[in-house]
Amino acid sequence: MSTTVTTRTSPVAQILAGRRRTRNPLVAAVARHLLLLSILFLVLYPLLWMVAASFRPSNEAFNTLGLWPSNFTLNNYRDGWNFGTLNFSRFFLNSVVISLLCIIGNVVSCALAAYAFARLDFPFRRAAFALMLGTLLLPYHVTLVPQYVLFNQLAWINTILPLVVPKFLATDAFFIFLMVQFLRTLPRELGDAARIDGCGHLKTFLHVVLPLSLPALGTTALFTFIHSWNDFLGPLLYLNDPNRWTVAQGLAGFLDATGQSAFGSLFAMATLSLAPIITFFLLAQRLLIEGIATTGLK
Amino acid sequence: VIQKQSDVHRVGTAHGVPGRQLSRTKRRRTAHLSPRTRDSLAALGFLSPWLAGMLLLTIGPMVYSLYLSFTRYDLLTPPRWSGFENYSRMLQDPRFAASVGVTLKYVVIAVPAVLVVSMAVAMVLNMGIKFLPAYRAAFYLPSLIGASVAVAVLWRQVFGADGIVNAALNVVGLEGRSWIGDPGSALYTLVVLSVWAFGSVMIIFLAGLRQVPKELYEAAAVDGAGRVRQFFTVTLPLMTPLIFFNVLLTTVNAFQAFTPAFVVSNGTGGPLDSTLFYTLYLYQRGFANLEMGYASAMAWALVVVLGLFTALMFATSRFWVYYGDEK
Repeated sequence: MSTTVTTRTSPVAQILAGRRRTRNPLVAAVARHLLLLSILFLVLYPLLWMVAASFRPSNEAFNTLGLWPSNFTLNNYRDGWNFGTLNFSRFFLNSVVISLLCIIGNVVSCALAAYAFARLDFPFRRAAFALMLGTLLLPYHVTLVPQYVLFNQLAWINTILPLVVPKFLATDAFFIFLMVQFLRTLPRELGDAARIDGCGHLKTFLHVVLPLSLPALGTTALFTFIHSWNDFLGPLLYLNDPNRWTVAQGLAGFLDATGQSAFGSLFAMATLSLAPIITFFLLAQRLLIEGIATTGLK
Repeated sequence: VIQKQSDVHRVGTAHGVPGRQLSRTKRRRTAHLSPRTRDSLAALGFLSPWLAGMLLLTIGPMVYSLYLSFTRYDLLTPPRWSGFENYSRMLQDPRFAASVGVTLKYVVIAVPAVLVVSMAVAMVLNMGIKFLPAYRAAFYLPSLIGASVAVAVLWRQVFGADGIVNAALNVVGLEGRSWIGDPGSALYTLVVLSVWAFGSVMIIFLAGLRQVPKELYEAAAVDGAGRVRQFFTVTLPLMTPLIFFNVLLTTVNAFQAFTPAFVVSNGTGGPLDSTLFYTLYLYQRGFANLEMGYASAMAWALVVVLGLFTALMFATSRFWVYYGDEK
């Protein structure tokens, strides 16, 4: 009914509006694509340039606009991977360990909290939920100093514990909120049915809610990975020993050590440091779309 | 609404005829407890990590940092009470004033710029364009890496004296300079960086735009509204909840920017304190100079300012945020 109305009014409306000249829709579409592609080119150009520069021989100038190097070389990667005292195998290993632990911590602790907020009835639930949301807007500065004092007292400086343990205590309210929003879209009857079959809350959570929440858990894992991989202030505060540095710190250390002198190797390592995020993102794009498609049992 | 739902659900399980016997027998251990008590106990279990984090890593530290802000503390000797000394020093500290100025300037320019660019690109993407998922993904990517050291390192080159911006300017015959090294332009390179990472805000706008009923545009067109008029009378009012959300989060995030300024300025906030973000200065005072009291006072000043901003946003929201006719 409504569709017939809209298709009928549409051309009339356009004439009435009197603004739209009779334009060729194909021309308009091409114009839009050209506009978007030129913005996209502008946005992605610096990244493409950096990747190209990482394959450029060190005797070539780095202030050229061109993307294609006249000679391809992998020397920058070889030189950068072990540069002086900087050992990127070590940095990558450290970053991977920290990121994996952060993912586990966030997924487990935030899913537990989200289940309680979305599915359980308990005193002060609204107040607790509001408190949790309030921490979303709280600037982290206010806990920076006292947490440092605390972790210093615990002798956790120069360990990964200050970076990882908070994740196991659901300090990233954003992910709790994300999962609560997701759980609210799941039909309640699923949980009720499990309850009637004699499942307690833990069983309902593990066997009914978690399997259905895989998209939300995946999103949480992905974002946690990106945040912890990119994090610079945390490692800067807590990891002083170069053997414990993360990739981000290694890159900053590289910049400190060489200044402007070893651009090729610097860009090679910068490219490598972004590679996991971009790969993860490309893969998860598909995973997320598939996840939404397959779990779309409404 | 949620409260009601769970009431219904409680009643439902208590009187649900099928399976009632089964659930009784299987749950003998906790059978003597009312469903509500059982829920509360379960909630305590599920929330225990969050509760521990809230007390030990958020509320406790907040209280402690409020206390520290009234002391002198260098980590090595115990804190000494100094009253409002840190706060009065803050007001007389030229570098503190510089960091406030830099941060405000950054927020006031970058936040509207990000919002306008995001909305514009989202609107073009919403015109029923082909390859939408590919475009969306490509525009989204920079926002995932915008706060990384790698991109900050790249930015130093892009806006450096021998950078590609200057190379592009040379092509059209213009003389460049070191945009990073010039105190007049260094901050703007970081504004450009935050606009470059507009994708996540754009995704939220795009999702909202896709939910605007087409009929509204048709009706507006019948009433004689052109494209521009339609934007201001249909699109913009319906987008105000998302604009509210994005302004709030983008502003709070902008106040907390750290990594790009640190990397671009080698941790100094230079040249001439032109990139001395609030967070960067707090880091310098707290962790380079070990003035934990002063850093805590700075942190609490920020909490108060952001709290006031948030309160102002919520207080004014009923005048400019449209939540639909029903509510």
